[in-house]
Amino acid sequence: MSNIPKDLKYTKSHEWLKLNSDGTVTVGITHHAQDLMGDMVFVDLPPSGAKVTVGKECGVVESVKAASDIYAPVNGEVVEANSALPDSPETVNKDCYGAGWMFRMKPANPAELNGLLDAKAYEALVASEKH
Amino acid sequence: MGNKTPLYDLHVKMGAKVVDFGGWDMPLHYGSQLEEHHKVRKDCGMFDVSHMNVVDVKGEHVRDFFRLLLANDVAKLKTKGKAIYSCMLNSKGGVIDDLIVYYMDDQWFRVVMNAATRDKDMAWVNSAAKEFGGITVTPRNELAMIAVQGPNAKEKVYQALGEALRATAGSLKPFHAVMVGELFIATTGYTGEDGFEIILPAKAAPFTWQMLSEAGVSPIGLGARDTLRLEAGMNLYGSDMDETTTPLESGLAWTVALEPADRKFIGREVLDKQKAQGIPRLLVGFVLEGKGVLRNHQKVQCAGAGAGEITSGSFSPTLNQAVALARVPAAVKIGDRCTVDMRGKPATVRVVKYPFVRNGKSCL
Repeated sequence: MSNIPKDLKYTKSHEWLKLNSDGTVTVGITHHAQDLMGDMVFVDLPPSGAKVTVGKECGVVESVKAASDIYAPVNGEVVEANSALPDSPETVNKDCYGAGWMFRMKPANPAELNGLLDAKAYEALVASEKH
Repeated sequence: MGNKTPLYDLHVKMGAKVVDFGGWDMPLHYGSQLEEHHKVRKDCGMFDVSHMNVVDVKGEHVRDFFRLLLANDVAKLKTKGKAIYSCMLNSKGGVIDDLIVYYMDDQWFRVVMNAATRDKDMAWVNSAAKEFGGITVTPRNELAMIAVQGPNAKEKVYQALGEALRATAGSLKPFHAVMVGELFIATTGYTGEDGFEIILPAKAAPFTWQMLSEAGVSPIGLGARDTLRLEAGMNLYGSDMDETTTPLESGLAWTVALEPADRKFIGREVLDKQKAQGIPRLLVGFVLEGKGVLRNHQKVQCAGAGAGEITSGSFSPTLNQAVALARVPAAVKIGDRCTVDMRGKPATVRVVKYPFVRNGKSCL
């Protein structure tokens, strides 16, 4: 069963976002996404300072089975990448919403967050993809 | 809904993620493909390979039939139970399937072929048998098959299925088989590790699987089976060779018996010609020098030699880097560097001899 925390926002491309108190957002990939991909073996993240464009790829995760782009969920600037991930990509499988976070970014326009999916909408998306 | 092996319910119970493989519902992994891979390299694991096609072929002149049907020469099989690996070719020298054939007695050979190619294999073998005459071809769909592989595999099999097996199966050399009651036990495999492949009645398979599980043998899915065979440098039908490639272009020249020169096997003329004119393409190993994972069908450029393609690419859990088999122009040499188009970005690979891993150790 997919694990979809209620307090996060989601994209159709299976990233999750958490709004932090300082106005930045933390981004990762969902439990459903890591489950589909299987064991992760390689993670390539955008560097701190990178300007990212909503819907454009800004990183890559590769499992034994497949490669998948990570898409920027909103426009903005990366302020920190999870430097522990490249050396332990399996963390994405073990704790995708915690230690497996990918990067933190500052949205250019916080109002863009309103256009993202809530947990209920994302759950419906996952259910529709299953069959 | 696909075909199900007699072990399907046990796979589900053991937490398998089930996927379609050639029309069969098979376990991809039981949690972590990487952990399963390491288990086979360091300890042992068991694979349900009941989807594979076990066929008994009988007749007074069955040996001559296989000398015509296969690119390898069953005349090499002189002691009962001995097996060889071979390709079965079409008249153009293309590979219809790869298989293992066991010499059971002078009128009985047992063949194990791939699952995804079952229909075309049976059509080909049946039509060849009809033309040859005096041959009966019997698919053994009532049999199941379990592979137990890894450095501790044999000891675990004795522990699970009885010490008596040590005396009968323990002395088998590689690529041999013996019948022990209803069990057919062979020292073959697809991982590059020690172990057995056991063919047994389907009704006995769930009990046997559970006994192995109780002895501490972990179930291993098709995901790890693929990375294990790739590390071991073993070809996968449909990826590394098919009906458009000859065995000589697929790293399988060692399985083609061109001597004696008067043995007329199907596909021979094309292979003789290819050998005389020079084989245009080769299968080589690649090791990725940077980070990332090599994938099937990625395009390759080799300076001065031309273009090629990855036929099997993945991540090697044992080496902790990406490796691949690739078909490249014959001018490419071991030690060369080639450039792979990895999702639009160039990546450098080193051309190496394979296998990459044998008996748990790196061959690089």
